[in-house]
Amino acid sequence: MTTGHLDQPATMDSGAGEATSAPWVREALHDHDHDDHGARASEAGAGSRDDAGAAGSRRRLPLADRERQVLDRIDRARNRRPKIKEERITMSHGAGGKATQTLIEAVFLEAFRNPLLEPLEDAARLHVNGSRVALTTDSYVVSPLFFPGGNIGDLAVNGTVNDLSVSGAVPLYLSAGFILEEGFPVADLNRIVASMAAAAAAAGVQVVTGDTKVVEKGKADGCYINTAGVGIIEREPTLGVANARPGDAVLVSGPIGDHGVTIMLARGELEIEADVVSDTAPLNGLVAGLLAAAPGVRALRDATRGGVATILNEIARAAGVCVVVREDDIPVRAEVRGASELLGIDPMYVACEGRMVVVVDGDQAGAALEAMRAHPLGEQASVIGHIAEDPQGIVLLKTAFGGTRIVDLLVGDPLPRIC
Amino acid sequence: MRFVDEFRDADKAHALAAKIAELCEPGRQYKLMEVCGGHTHTIYKHGLEDYLPEAITLVHGPGCPVCVIPMGRVDDAMHLAAQPDVIMTSFGDMMRVPGSSGSFFDAKAAGTDIRMVYSPLDSLKIARKNPDKRVVFMAIGFETTAPSTAMTVLRAAAQGLDNFSIFCNHVTIIPAIKAILDSPDLRLDGFIGPGHVSTVIGCRPYEFIAADYSKPVVVAGFEPLDILQSVYMLMLQLAQGRSEVENQYARVVPWDGNVVALQAIGEVMELRPYFEWRGLGFISHSALRMRPEYSAFDAELLFSVPGVRVADPKACQCGEVLKGVLKPWECKVFGTACTPETPIGTCMVSPEGACAAYYNYGRLSRQRVKEVTRS
Amino acid sequence: MCLGIPGEVIEFLPDQPDLARVDVSGVRRVINIGLLSDDPPAPGEWVLIHVGFALSKIDEDEAAAALEFLEGIGQAYEEELAALQESRIE
Repeated sequence: MTTGHLDQPATMDSGAGEATSAPWVREALHDHDHDDHGARASEAGAGSRDDAGAAGSRRRLPLADRERQVLDRIDRARNRRPKIKEERITMSHGAGGKATQTLIEAVFLEAFRNPLLEPLEDAARLHVNGSRVALTTDSYVVSPLFFPGGNIGDLAVNGTVNDLSVSGAVPLYLSAGFILEEGFPVADLNRIVASMAAAAAAAGVQVVTGDTKVVEKGKADGCYINTAGVGIIEREPTLGVANARPGDAVLVSGPIGDHGVTIMLARGELEIEADVVSDTAPLNGLVAGLLAAAPGVRALRDATRGGVATILNEIARAAGVCVVVREDDIPVRAEVRGASELLGIDPMYVACEGRMVVVVDGDQAGAALEAMRAHPLGEQASVIGHIAEDPQGIVLLKTAFGGTRIVDLLVGDPLPRIC
Repeated sequence: MRFVDEFRDADKAHALAAKIAELCEPGRQYKLMEVCGGHTHTIYKHGLEDYLPEAITLVHGPGCPVCVIPMGRVDDAMHLAAQPDVIMTSFGDMMRVPGSSGSFFDAKAAGTDIRMVYSPLDSLKIARKNPDKRVVFMAIGFETTAPSTAMTVLRAAAQGLDNFSIFCNHVTIIPAIKAILDSPDLRLDGFIGPGHVSTVIGCRPYEFIAADYSKPVVVAGFEPLDILQSVYMLMLQLAQGRSEVENQYARVVPWDGNVVALQAIGEVMELRPYFEWRGLGFISHSALRMRPEYSAFDAELLFSVPGVRVADPKACQCGEVLKGVLKPWECKVFGTACTPETPIGTCMVSPEGACAAYYNYGRLSRQRVKEVTRS
Repeated sequence: MCLGIPGEVIEFLPDQPDLARVDVSGVRRVINIGLLSDDPPAPGEWVLIHVGFALSKIDEDEAAAALEFLEGIGQAYEEELAALQESRIE
């Protein structure tokens, strides 16, 4: 009977020669050999101190300590200066997860670095002649252009309004730049623009300037929209994810994942039918009510690409805290859950377009919740967790099952071009 | 969700955990292997290890069909995809697996026509819509998925499609389990058997594990309570000195498997004499290829693939992690050179791999877990 | 990859004997039931879905039995806990 495991073929399939090794693997190993010399020396040293007469081998330490050392080493590796390894942009760079963050920090922040940009919040906060002004910009490349619950135009207006709102600003004026593909039906453009006008009216903002470009057939996938938004900040103190502190409560304004799943299903490739619609909506009314009722709000973020999980990670990193959330308390619609289970994706990483994450002083969690639930867009608002002191920079999830696991930043891109 | 939520009840989990703890012999350490990547995923996703006493360690086996594909085969697939008239279709899991010079994802970025599909059948639609192109489906998976690929080929044949083929990388589970069992440094007490593979092959193929190696096997479902119940059943066998094959997932797994599915595989595919498994080396009769009668659908014959072997670096310790000798974090390159973004070996390559699952979900000391669970 | 999800069969497609529409928590998709040709599912029955194919029927009796076992364990656990608490009070 053959043992299988040790069988080496006399000749290999397709007559290949020697085994080679991948160049990127050699590079990854080289990158870390360098760093690890220092770390390993100290680990080995610690071992020998603890163990009289031992050869200083790491393996002599108790299990928990050895694991701790490895986890620390990994944290050091993760906190190193971000570097772009790829030569070309991939869809991961647009997914809102790790790759996007690395791209922003290693390319854009590196080049443009200044104190106003560094917070990397949803909008920049500027002082202009004594007034505090928020400025934001966004581009919309969603496919398909029209989907249940809205279209690219609604997304553009609401998304921009929301970026301003969660920065504590009252949204006032928008710009709208269009990049149109040759051959794009004017009727479709009219529909989009009509939606934008309606969305702007509903949000109480005006589109005051714009631009139009046309590119050849095959580019711009119909229509791309770029916006900028300006709002006035009346509120003190400043909102920001770095303000989160232990004891704060974490809330979400409604069920997550609706938009991303809607888009995925609307693409028609997966041939799944469900009654899900995009949650695109302007949040300025909800925000105003919330801030009035709960002045202890530390941070607001609207959960777009990368979903709620990305926001929670941004909070943990920026504030150097631990975010602990409970799976049971996170609202998800049954259909979103069903579609996610079918496709093997996690709703926590799926984009929303009308939901926000709120970090508020723990004592005001009740008031915040009540204020949100009083507004139509916040009817299913829920307290999903709290801020703890450590482990810093980590998001922990207490599963419905009672276990605990980490929620890390997304690697890769399950749902391309959601917004 | 029916048949899902009932098996995620936390109170019942506590009850099971208490029973499991009772069955542990004082002073004895237990190592149970779950073979299937889907189980690894559930265990980490729901934090199941928190429920088990410290005496029990779960070892994550080679049941991730994406993970075990050697880099050289990925390179072959990339070569196929790069042909000017080819549209490559692939499951999502395969998109980020790197070969020597990038993954499907990267190739897509450089302009290669690679499309993600949910079902192999979707490839047929693409083939019909693009008669001037040749569609190649990257077929991966254990016996769970092989029948679907086989049915797709049969459907393509019935429809007279002449621009569709598959690049077959299906692997079979039993030889991998046997390789683990035969390794000299084996330290396993029992197996949590793969639930969905068993819907196709049934439970009989595992009988040799109980009979010849005296290890208990429990075929398990994928919900947290399924896995906990299976651990309970294994511990009961061990406590009672039995070694048998039991079926915890009887609501889905028929003891004799799915005859129609097995016939479909048998009609379209045959065993390769040997195949290389990342981390485990060459294993004989462990993978499938197209039968000569279906050579019109065999991408390896229709196109030529380079077939160059690309070895994992010496620093890679996946083999030992797969056999339960090392925990993920005990591998020297875990988390530093080897991360989910730069996966050096099979265990990190797919989210179901042991190292990836630990890195993404479990990267916490047990101490901290206790503190958080209490809070 | 081993991803299999339970879904309820809603209806067959009239001109395609191998295809059926299933419902997973309100989400519907057409799948191929060719692998169950020995014992095809009827509307209202549940199947295990994997990459667009039904791999197996879900046996409701077995499911009930599994849940009963779990209930039993849970029940015994509850009773033990209760007994423990009562004995403390005394």
